[in-house]
Amino acid sequence: MGAPLLSVRHLSTEFRTERGTVRAVDDVSFDLKAGETLAIVGESGSGKSVTAMSILRLIPDPPGRITAGEVVFGGQDLLKLDDHAIRAIRGNRIAMIFQEPMSSLNPSLTVGLQIAEPINLHRKTPWAKAIDMAAELLARVRLPDAKSRVKSYPHQFSGGMRQRAMIAMALACQPQLIIADEPTTALDVTVQAQILALLKEVTRAANSALILITHDLGVVARYADRVCVMYGGRIVEAGPAREIYARPRHPYTIGLMASIPRLDQEAGQRLVPIEGQPPNLAKLPAGCAFAPRCRRATEICRNERPSLAQSAPDHLSACHFHAQLNA
Amino acid sequence: MPSSTPDSVLPKTVLEVRDLKVHFPVMAGAVVRKQVGSVKAVDGVSFDVRRGETLGLVGESGCGKSTTGLAVLRMIDITSGRVVFEGQDISGLDRGQMRPIRRRMQMVYQDPFGSLNPRMKVSEIVGEPLEVHGLAGDRAVYRERVASLLDMVGLLPDMADRYPHEFSGGQRQRIGIARALALEPSLIICDEPVSALDVSIQAQVVNLFQELQERLGLTYVFIAHDLAVVRHISHRIAVMYLGRIVEIASRGELYREPLHPYTQALLAAIPIPDPEVEASRPQQIITGEVPSAMRPPPGCRFHTRCPQAMDVCKSVDPPMREMAGGRAVACHLHAG
Repeated sequence: MGAPLLSVRHLSTEFRTERGTVRAVDDVSFDLKAGETLAIVGESGSGKSVTAMSILRLIPDPPGRITAGEVVFGGQDLLKLDDHAIRAIRGNRIAMIFQEPMSSLNPSLTVGLQIAEPINLHRKTPWAKAIDMAAELLARVRLPDAKSRVKSYPHQFSGGMRQRAMIAMALACQPQLIIADEPTTALDVTVQAQILALLKEVTRAANSALILITHDLGVVARYADRVCVMYGGRIVEAGPAREIYARPRHPYTIGLMASIPRLDQEAGQRLVPIEGQPPNLAKLPAGCAFAPRCRRATEICRNERPSLAQSAPDHLSACHFHAQLNA
Repeated sequence: MPSSTPDSVLPKTVLEVRDLKVHFPVMAGAVVRKQVGSVKAVDGVSFDVRRGETLGLVGESGCGKSTTGLAVLRMIDITSGRVVFEGQDISGLDRGQMRPIRRRMQMVYQDPFGSLNPRMKVSEIVGEPLEVHGLAGDRAVYRERVASLLDMVGLLPDMADRYPHEFSGGQRQRIGIARALALEPSLIICDEPVSALDVSIQAQVVNLFQELQERLGLTYVFIAHDLAVVRHISHRIAVMYLGRIVEIASRGELYREPLHPYTQALLAAIPIPDPEVEASRPQQIITGEVPSAMRPPPGCRFHTRCPQAMDVCKSVDPPMREMAGGRAVACHLHAG
């Protein structure tokens, strides 16, 4: 087995806002093995995107700052690298795919040039050869007429085609890790399924690891090997996907699963919602962030923040009462 | 809620839409503007909605589901076709004639952030329709009415004097619903009312819609792209593709036995939140994307992406075929 490909340890990221300092990511730790797909799942403000951005040090400073932790990738702590060294990793050994392909593509450059750029930059491949490779990559992500499409501009592409181009760009330097932040949220359902299947297929073929940031529990179930559930900036539950879905050990995860309608269930039953509102990161309670919405919460939950602890083999939960849930 | 007309004399079918078309002209030319084409956003849509029922309209972007909702409310111009609301053909009415009818058909929008006026207090937002229609009455009656509307959607009466920015997304959507209820409508068109909300909040709002329907006998047209949510809340579902309804089925049939290849593709594309189920599900993903509504494909509009397309599909537009149990499908495979 050996060392994990990526090891995030006690990562914390803060933002200075008008209303004080907000800790968007709070003491987050997880490991990722080569070839594995990890889903980080959570709602808006849970810290899932900031975690992903922090790994690649893409947090705008100010107002943001990574205040603690390590991100060990290939034996080195990315948080300790100088700007030059981290740039040599981004788009090369770790690639990122964003939700809005239109805002991450340069509208004034051809798609081919943009896919060729990292190949030229990181691999010192001559431009002509790099453009040829771009055409091959576009064919690999099954863009129709890939050869002629290298000369197209992003606005000539549909949403799905742009996201295919983004995946081609991410694959350009054969990264060991791809981080995809809500890569299909802006796309139609049938196109979403195409893009996610493609992403899974190309990462598997290259034995790349994939971090999939999403709010969609269906997407997690279809594509992820492992899951980290985030709430209020912290990981509240982590483990293999099958284990988490079959025996969730955190009331938030249990609540989420009860609150979403499933296509394969008899329609007509009432959903069981999680009452209350998502937490305000500027005013987190002293104890468990989920306590104000949790039906099981007691005195200890309101006063003491539960730490992420082993609840079952290879299954972590940050709940004082994890042992009583689905035991 | 007291209604001006007793329910017993109201027709069973609240809404009847027949061959509805909404075409938007596409103009070009910098000096002389002329029409160079049209976007057939809705192109021959027919359906009925019965009293107390929820009809779901589902489909991907550009299918015409939101335009259908706006056309039914006469908030955009109808190119042709008929909209019959509570027995009255409203397709030809002018603004003045629509006014009294608007009271009985309301809309809840997707964006709880953009659809509420940030300068108005909650009491003004919720009570405005009463004022517009001259039903506000004196101050005390008005305040009481607003308080009861807020209570109906699960908000506290003392929230009436606060502004929208003080509320979360789910609460804002409740404010939007209270406003829609102010005039005691019989029909509410809900356009993606939960898609902007966090997953944990969606269920709260979905449940509220269902509770209000049971209490007030409301009829809904529920428009959304999320088939799992639509199927959960709707009694019947109309699946739309490029300006047309391709299939109408009850929520049970739709999942058990989808007839149209597009419905099948849509169902297959939606992952079920259970890794065990997903591992055993055949993953048939259709290729391609929705073509432009300016140039829909000839014949069946879905034939360019249909895994079962036949020769006839490329040239002959399949008519909607009514089947037993109120089902209908527009597909040559089910031509009978």
